[in-house]
Amino acid sequence: MSPAALAPAAPRAGRPFLRPSALPGFRLTFGITVTYLTLVVLLPLAVLLLRASAIGPAGLWALVTDSRNLAALKTSFGLSLAAAAIDAVAGLLIAWVLTRYRFPGRRLIDALVDLPFALPTAVAGIALAALYAPNGWLGAPLAELGIKVAYTPLGILVALVFVGLPFCVRTVQPLVAEIDKSSEEAAAILGASRFRALVTVILPPLVPAMLTGFALAFARAVGEYGSVIFVAGNLPYVSEIAPLLIVIKLEEFNYTGATAIAAVMLLMSFSALLAINLIQDYSRRRFGHV
Amino acid sequence: MTATLAPAGVSGLARDDLRARADSLASGAVHHGGTAVRVEGILKSYGGAGPAALEGVSLDIAPGELLALLGPSGSGKTTLLRVIAGLEIPDGGRVFFGRQDTTDIPVQRRGVGFVFQHYALFRHLTVFENIAYGLRSRERKRRPPEAEIKARVERLLDLVQLPTLAKRYPGQLSGGQRQRVALARALAVEPSVLLLDEPFGALDAQVRKDLRRWLREIHRETGQTTIFVTHDQDEALELADRIAILNRGRIEQVGAPHEVQDHPASRFVMSFVGETARLAAEVRQGRVWVDGRPVLAAESGWPQGPVDLCLRPWDLAVGQGENALPGTVREWRRTGRGTVAEIQLDGAEAPVEVAVTEVYRPGDRVRLEAAAARVFARG
Repeated sequence: MSPAALAPAAPRAGRPFLRPSALPGFRLTFGITVTYLTLVVLLPLAVLLLRASAIGPAGLWALVTDSRNLAALKTSFGLSLAAAAIDAVAGLLIAWVLTRYRFPGRRLIDALVDLPFALPTAVAGIALAALYAPNGWLGAPLAELGIKVAYTPLGILVALVFVGLPFCVRTVQPLVAEIDKSSEEAAAILGASRFRALVTVILPPLVPAMLTGFALAFARAVGEYGSVIFVAGNLPYVSEIAPLLIVIKLEEFNYTGATAIAAVMLLMSFSALLAINLIQDYSRRRFGHV
Repeated sequence: MTATLAPAGVSGLARDDLRARADSLASGAVHHGGTAVRVEGILKSYGGAGPAALEGVSLDIAPGELLALLGPSGSGKTTLLRVIAGLEIPDGGRVFFGRQDTTDIPVQRRGVGFVFQHYALFRHLTVFENIAYGLRSRERKRRPPEAEIKARVERLLDLVQLPTLAKRYPGQLSGGQRQRVALARALAVEPSVLLLDEPFGALDAQVRKDLRRWLREIHRETGQTTIFVTHDQDEALELADRIAILNRGRIEQVGAPHEVQDHPASRFVMSFVGETARLAAEVRQGRVWVDGRPVLAAESGWPQGPVDLCLRPWDLAVGQGENALPGTVREWRRTGRGTVAEIQLDGAEAPVEVAVTEVYRPGDRVRLEAAAARVFARG
């Protein structure tokens, strides 16, 4: 096909983006989309930014650089990234096993994966706290090894891994099911070891989906509150997460402080997700040739 | 068979080393005769109560030969190919490459080339990287240096007539181009035997025709021992040096195209390698009888008693002879090659298309004379 044939027809003057099409629907759907997103997402966030801006740039800077706030933000974002990374790897493995193999109880396990979605997060927090407390089933043996989980940043990590897992399984699963078995066979026939086939043939097409799962798990972890506060111990500077700090500020009737931290979180989350999206876009172009 | 043929039997799997190949060429070690691949009594079943996929298949493939495994779907031809490749583990029987027993050698170390029906290219790798994959997969000390990989891939791209597409991704190629890349990828490791599983099955008719001719040329150029699976008898007859016809997990006949066509060993082969009209008949008193009328003189060696009389449409012509077979015209039409009538012979299972010179109407009664025929004992 010549490049000219592929080039889109120039939009008609005065109607940007809108190309004549036999299948209409752009105007209606685009209108609904913009209205909906404005009402549901943009407006509340704009109010948040407006309120936060009341304290001025200097006040905002002071708040952000306040050592307690800074520590909380670091804890939140650092542990969320770590949890999402762990989930991405574990999610791939679980998706692989659930899709590739047939074994008794497979459907049951498949259903279990979604539980962290359905559970009220406080329930998860209480369960994890009981399990990992120094006298809990897992906490006690771990304590003997000198590992403290509950009431430490490690506890936060466990909770975040828990809530993020379903995203990483569900995004990868359909792609694992789609893997063309004959390309694996082709790799084997060409002399590739199982490991080489895994790294060079099987994994690359899954990378975009893994990144999607990673982004979703990360976003969920940053905003997570219920399950974390029960197991975190909430020690300032150590195991205090930013969402908790916001609640604390609110309870002190410090609305401006709360919205300021919220605004910072918003900006950081947005930049992180944007970055992940860009990487994903790149990897899709790099690996996603269908 | 060409002189570039490397001896498949000598150094076994190490022979895909370029140097070994060059040495063997220098010493002029060309083997005529012998076998490149031999399978003995291969058994394979897929469990359950269904029929076995392979019920004791034995076959020899000569070095440099282009052999077709021909059969209907479910005949076990693909399974046999996959057993030779090492993708399926047989329940019984042995596989030899040259003199080496490869039955228990894992697929990664068999050194075969395999082309899949649906290409199975690595979609996230460029054409270049696809072709280089096998060379890069070798362990460090047998891996050629980067410059040589590049040179070899470029040579293969020339061979498959796609020299400008090295940087494309498989998704940007047409079906025919993809299959050429798949062939180049399989040839890159200098396989002891090239295996093709319905290589043209997913392509449209014109591309198929071109690729067929082109594969024949490549085979002539490289002298590569090749086995390909097909369910298309024209493809097998046109391409192969020899054809093995499979039916229900057994080989019915192995032979050159003219042998299987002119001397089919069974009724199945007869009807599979070409269009056939079949009638219930009886051989007695040196004649073939249909419906109580003698229609042909029986040849010596034909079985006596009830038989199936099999006729090729191109051996039939309208005639008024004493022995002509009666039938009814179903349809008459023009084709690119002349006019044909679809005629239902009395007592035949299905109508046959016969070239005719006159105009007929549906329902007309005609009589056909057979220039040649074959009979197979019934039961």
